[in-house]
Amino acid sequence: MKIIVCIKQVPETQEIRLDPITHTLQREGVKSIINPFDLYALEEGLRVRERQGGSVTVLSMGPPQAVETLREALTYGADGAVLLSDRAFAGADTWATAYTLARGISKLGGADLILCGKQAIDGDTAQVGPELAAFLELPYVAWARKLTFVESEVLQMERLLDHGYDGIEVRLPALITVVKEINEPRVPSFKAKLRAKSQKIPVLGLQDLELDQNQVGLPGSFTQVVKVFPPPARGERELWEGAPNELAQRLWTRLQKLKIG
Amino acid sequence: MDYLLTEEQQMLQELATQIAEERIKPVRAELDEEERFPTEIVQDLAQADLFGVIIPEAYGGLGLGCLENCLVLEALSQACVGVATTYAASFLGAYPILLFGSEAQKGQYLPELARGDKLAAFALTESQAGSDAGGIQTVAVKDGDAYVLNGTKQWITNAGEAETYTVIAITDRAKGARGASAFIVESSDPGLSFGKKEKKMGIRSSATREIIFQNCRIPANRRLGKEGQGFIIALKTLDYSRPGVGALAVGLAQGALEESVHFARQRHQFGTPIISFQAIQHMLADMATEIEAARALLYAVARYIDSQPKDFTKQSAMAKLFPTDVAMRVTTDAVQILAGHGYMREYPVEKMMRDAKILQIFEGTNQIQRNIIGQALNKEFSKKGK
Repeated sequence: MKIIVCIKQVPETQEIRLDPITHTLQREGVKSIINPFDLYALEEGLRVRERQGGSVTVLSMGPPQAVETLREALTYGADGAVLLSDRAFAGADTWATAYTLARGISKLGGADLILCGKQAIDGDTAQVGPELAAFLELPYVAWARKLTFVESEVLQMERLLDHGYDGIEVRLPALITVVKEINEPRVPSFKAKLRAKSQKIPVLGLQDLELDQNQVGLPGSFTQVVKVFPPPARGERELWEGAPNELAQRLWTRLQKLKIG
Repeated sequence: MDYLLTEEQQMLQELATQIAEERIKPVRAELDEEERFPTEIVQDLAQADLFGVIIPEAYGGLGLGCLENCLVLEALSQACVGVATTYAASFLGAYPILLFGSEAQKGQYLPELARGDKLAAFALTESQAGSDAGGIQTVAVKDGDAYVLNGTKQWITNAGEAETYTVIAITDRAKGARGASAFIVESSDPGLSFGKKEKKMGIRSSATREIIFQNCRIPANRRLGKEGQGFIIALKTLDYSRPGVGALAVGLAQGALEESVHFARQRHQFGTPIISFQAIQHMLADMATEIEAARALLYAVARYIDSQPKDFTKQSAMAKLFPTDVAMRVTTDAVQILAGHGYMREYPVEKMMRDAKILQIFEGTNQIQRNIIGQALNKEFSKKGK
């Protein structure tokens, strides 16, 4: 089973700062981490490998320093890592990113299972996974919280929704995005850390991927960030639990107090 | 302080710190409160290859030494000595096999211990044999191709949780100090049972139980070393393991110092952070200085042990004695600095103070460590003929 896990290097959220003029993230001097949701995807990939055999390759598109994020992913036990990096890829929106990743995966000979985190904590779009599936013409399932093999190439999964879950069956190859409920990521291993230190991580650029520069980066993007602002406050909310009659009484008292009832 | 650690040693330290921060710190208070064995963290440590630190590569371990072992223990105990004790006790149980096991014994037991699939424990102490190990009553009687063990071991860390036990028992009482032997006993052996889990002052996530042998029959090939070598095996094991207790102490003290500085910078009294008062500053200064001295001694001894000297009993005792006394003082002062807050279980320092006390007691009380150092001095000077 050939498994590819897509990961993104993101700034650690507590320290996020926006450039007031360009509205893009200020990345200088901010610690970079693996997008937390992608860690769950990586863990699931490793677990599938343990059960079904095969290999796990981590893939990322990003600036040259993203190689360190891939190296970190190797310390968790991934078999290999590939970085897609080129000046021409800069400024890519989700479309151009997914397009580039799709070409990268094709160049790697495709995969039986592609796993992604449900979204990245910086952009929060949740678009790259589904777009990537569309470009690769693969079935796509979002928000998987549980994944079970029923046959060697058939997966059953629970797709997490707001008030429950869908049971979904999918035949491989497929692309799946995962939520954090799916597993508890492992800790890195020392032997893998030692191996990762000297492991070669191929970097593929525009020419390696045989892409035209109008298809990638800013020129290949349909969208552009024009404004970034904090969302308006949602107002105060409370969650009450208890017996229905108590709750009704409590609600009635509150409504009276608020002079609504 | 830069102790000129190698890149590999720093990586090991980082990994242990990551586990301490991400996996141990968030649950340490809960584990302590519920006196719950840290099963999940043991699995994390196994996944991280950390149960293999001192086990040779030939047996699936990392093949590292005393210093690396101390670095990991220090990092873990900075978050919780209870968890770190569980981990350290497995090495204590593995050392006799590592040092005195036959090829067959090492091949059978070390790989599973290195993987962390199984835990080990070391069983020497009995109700009448604490500091005076010569008082042990547990006997092992040869019976054909087997030994039959009878007796009770007390206060054994990891008992009931571990699968592999190294046990010291009397094989010939008439021979005195040469009358004891060491054995590997497995948790599944017939005639082996465990007492209730002891309720302790500190290190409450670690498991401490009695081990009871009632006609416990084990194959004769489970004996470690020769018959009569039991006390030598026990003493040599403790020589190797004692710096580990020093490392637990340095980590604990460092954790307590950091909590203290953090608190003293936040807490305002008389309109100013309490760290601006000399009374607090001087306490923190003494704590930091003593910790650095303890760490410097510990690393120096660990490096000395890794240079494979013939005899290092005195140095090993020093590396346990000084840091553990420091840890007791530092944690007590940490509670004093946090004062009312420090006495509350909501803050971590009261647990640290409770955890510190055992370090002055187990693996040889600090009084016994002073005996060892004193006797070594006497011997050294008599050799020099002074």
